Amino acid sequence: MKRKINIFKSTDWLIVCLYIILVILGWINIYAAVYNEQYSSIFDFSQRYGKQLVWIGAAFIIALTIFLFDSNFFSFFTWPIYGVMLFFLISVLIFGKETNGQRAWFELGSFRLQPSEFMKFATNLALAKFLSSYNFKIKNIRSLFFIGLIIFLPCGLILLQNDTGSSLVYLAFVFLLYREGLTPYVLFFALMTIILFLIAMLVDKLLIIQILLILAPIVFFLLNTKIKIVGIGIGIFTVAVALFYGINAVFAYKYSTYYVFFAALFLSAIIILIIANKKRIAFASMIMIFLVSSVTFTFAVNYIFTDVLEKHQQDRINELLGITSDPLGTGYNVNQSKIAIGSGGFAGKGFLQGTQTKFNFVPEQSTDFIFCTVGEERGFIGTVVVISLFTIMLLRLIFLAERQRSVFSRIYGYGVASILFFHIVVNIGMTIGLAPVIGIPLPFFSYGGSSLWSFTILLFIFIRLDSNRFESLA
Amino acid sequence: MINPYSNRKYIIGGIFIAFALIFVFRLFYLQIIDSSYKFSADNNSQRRITKYPARGVIYDRNGKILVFNEAAFDLMVIPQQTKLFDTVDLCHILEIEKNEFTKKFKDAKLYSTYRPSVIVSQISSKTYAILQEKLFKFPGFFVQGRTLRKYPQPIASHILGYVGEVDPKIVAENAYYKQGDYIGISGIERTYEKFLRGQKGVSIFMVDVHNKIMGSFAEGKFDTAAVIGTDIKTTIDANLQLYGEKLMSHKKGSIVAIDPSTGEILMVVSSPSYDPGLLVGRIRSTNYVNLLKDTLKPLFNRAIMASYPPGSTFKLVMALIGQQEGVLNANTRYPCSKGYAPLGGHPKCHPHASPLDLSNAIGHSCNSYFSYVFKSVIENKKYHNTYVAFEAWRNLALSFCIGKKTGSDFSYELRGNIPSIKYYDKIFGKRKWKASTVISLGIGQAEMGITPLQSANVVAIIANRGWYYIPHIVKSIGSNTNDTTLARFKIKNYTLITDTNIFLNVIRGMSDAVESGTAAALKIEGISFCAKTGTAENPHGKDHSVFVAFAPTNNPRIAISVLVENAGYGATWAGPIASLIMEKYLTGKIKRADLEKHIMETNLIGD
Repeated sequence: MKRKINIFKSTDWLIVCLYIILVILGWINIYAAVYNEQYSSIFDFSQRYGKQLVWIGAAFIIALTIFLFDSNFFSFFTWPIYGVMLFFLISVLIFGKETNGQRAWFELGSFRLQPSEFMKFATNLALAKFLSSYNFKIKNIRSLFFIGLIIFLPCGLILLQNDTGSSLVYLAFVFLLYREGLTPYVLFFALMTIILFLIAMLVDKLLIIQILLILAPIVFFLLNTKIKIVGIGIGIFTVAVALFYGINAVFAYKYSTYYVFFAALFLSAIIILIIANKKRIAFASMIMIFLVSSVTFTFAVNYIFTDVLEKHQQDRINELLGITSDPLGTGYNVNQSKIAIGSGGFAGKGFLQGTQTKFNFVPEQSTDFIFCTVGEERGFIGTVVVISLFTIMLLRLIFLAERQRSVFSRIYGYGVASILFFHIVVNIGMTIGLAPVIGIPLPFFSYGGSSLWSFTILLFIFIRLDSNRFESLA
Repeated sequence: MINPYSNRKYIIGGIFIAFALIFVFRLFYLQIIDSSYKFSADNNSQRRITKYPARGVIYDRNGKILVFNEAAFDLMVIPQQTKLFDTVDLCHILEIEKNEFTKKFKDAKLYSTYRPSVIVSQISSKTYAILQEKLFKFPGFFVQGRTLRKYPQPIASHILGYVGEVDPKIVAENAYYKQGDYIGISGIERTYEKFLRGQKGVSIFMVDVHNKIMGSFAEGKFDTAAVIGTDIKTTIDANLQLYGEKLMSHKKGSIVAIDPSTGEILMVVSSPSYDPGLLVGRIRSTNYVNLLKDTLKPLFNRAIMASYPPGSTFKLVMALIGQQEGVLNANTRYPCSKGYAPLGGHPKCHPHASPLDLSNAIGHSCNSYFSYVFKSVIENKKYHNTYVAFEAWRNLALSFCIGKKTGSDFSYELRGNIPSIKYYDKIFGKRKWKASTVISLGIGQAEMGITPLQSANVVAIIANRGWYYIPHIVKSIGSNTNDTTLARFKIKNYTLITDTNIFLNVIRGMSDAVESGTAAALKIEGISFCAKTGTAENPHGKDHSVFVAFAPTNNPRIAISVLVENAGYGATWAGPIASLIMEKYLTGKIKRADLEKHIMETNLIGD
């Protein structure tokens, strides 16, 4: 008896309340999104809001059940849980039901379950377990390899299901790893990758190489102030360009100027690196490596975009970046979504008064595009409230994670925040045209049992761990 | 516990807040500053109405309409936009049973609650007029204009093909088509679908809660105009086609006639046929099933999809190949003793004078003669061995498009067959066969197969003394006479026969057949023509009656191939039909009314 009272007292009721508020707001918006005069009872289980009520009821039961477990249970059984979930991921590839080109669902009669949703908390547990293990050091190559394995095993299996969106979620663990000591360059590198990707998509690759070539000596001069060395570097590069240009002309190869620059840069980079190492010139190597890798990256972006990505993925990115505009074709979803949100204005059109989200102008309006209903019916006030609620929840999760004495619990807490953050950013970003269309649900909001339950499990395991923070040191 | 990275919580928290702020700014812009998303008609909803263009009209070679369009209306429903309505009243207007309506409405809801579905298709214009006035009582329902195919005469069904609802597989592959669209399924409708269909358009309207159209959405900025389908002029002669179909009534078989000077197909009859009007609109599915069940296979286009042994028609090609290979000339004579003596009288032959020269052998269709020719071709000393010679023979035959698609603009054209060395190696063992094993190839029997279209093309080649245009049914597309789609029909093709004189010897034989040979009874007053009778052995029953001809002998204007299934000798049924058609085409009238009546009234199917 004593123990139960303790749990009740030590549970963080703020986060539980936030959870309940978000789930209820989600349900109200699903109701509005699929509302139809013919089916006015909220308990009509042929309608999505009726079904969602059932999912919500079940989610509450799941949350309560998690509280019945001993809080050490999850740490002890991490690997079996991870293994079983992996097994489900493999089985769904074999026995799963194929819908919309994805093999991501188990189907039992009218009941459908998406195992990849439940893989998230299992992976999070596994990471927490591994990173919290005794004498674990994140700088160790073996450790990094193992972390990579834990993350990319489920990630790869989900890619095989052809569910690119769900697999991208695993990128979110970078926040968790960063908190646990991964070099900050990773975040910096991720940021640079995004910036370079955008530049590579929007600007001609020849122009990029030229700008970088001009920037490199300037940056070097600012850092080192040795004009002579800058001159030598430029000299080497000029000779290399002349050389390759000559070869191209003499042998009548028809390589474009871009490739001439590309080859010349590589040749001069090698020479400069050798010289810089011998003479120990500060910053030279760093800048050269950065220059070469940036140029290679922009080249790779072009290649990956045209040869690796599928047509619909290219379309979505092109549409997002405004390279192409086709509001009735590939851009239809996002355009309709923006119209719906934009038409909400400051205070919204009012409950059930939304027209854009009503007649399915916005596709997937109760699942991936549920945020449109908030925007249309509740206006700017509504969207800010929802974003604030999510942000408070995320910050609260960081706060709770930091107060854990158990490393396992702290890491798990950061994992929960990371996953929720990724979902929220990508989902809302997509509805307001800031992120490409990636079909992942808005936590606690979107229609669907699998996603609601998986987020409930993910969150409540942490709440359970937190409620036990005074006892456990494991 | 001191954690060296504990300060990183501020960075992570900062990132979370930064993203939240970016989103709030973006939403502030979208929802408050940018006014482009707040159109005035906020509380109206959009309705997209597809504008279906009329399909292109198909004409015959003289500008006579073969198929055109008539207006039809579909009653559509968007289940989610419906309110409670008086089902009985609506059923009364539409003149349909309530059960049927309820079922359709349920299906529509199952398909989608917000996408339009057809509730009743092809409403008559009278019903449409009544419905139009009362439609305000039925929110969620609206009428969509369509066009349906209409045929002035029930002819040429196999050539024109038919139009039907698009297959879900095509919808998945081709973004142009949506569920419920029409598409050409066979014949010209299929081959030239791209031109005939035109381009769908869409109008987006704003509709208020009372189902009243309030005006176009965004001043029609997103509307697209429908582009009407392109008209097509075929090479078919409608009168001749009708005449051919009448002659072939109550008979199984086919007629193909080509203008050899252009490769234009004048007529294609496949009998039994069907009324193309049966496969239009609401009645299509029931009629289609009935036609499919019919044991006489009226949907089957025998002219391009049935392969028959070419029979003695092939002797003409044999005569050409023999001369080309240098083992035969006009004066070559072979004996005949009611059959091919070296193999004990097989293949058999009918009684006639012996020995014969080339022209008489053609005229009398001597089986023994062409067995000798085949043997001499296959055992030709100029080749290293039998098999090299066989391959040379086969290639020569293939160059006449026998056993090879002609490349016409028919969908589903059959290839036909000339057996290969590989095939016989498999049957008799590797290189364990020789000329005498496969001797019946010389008289167009055995495994050889040819379609009536290919057979007519062979005759056109002979009529032209060595060349042909790919036979085709479309003369021009729209007003553009130089469409690239039709460019391949304007290129002269040649066979592997190198000397025109070789053809003259064969033509003399075909002329003899009409003057004094097997086709002597079929002369047309005032017109000299060339012909060859044939009998295609049919392992499944009575032999097929075959007749090929071209007319006039000089500057031929028509090359024809007629096949009547299970009708015996070529001169009996196929011959008179060909003769009558040539007379009709060249003179415009028929002088042999008795023959015509006799042919038209004879029933060779037996029911």
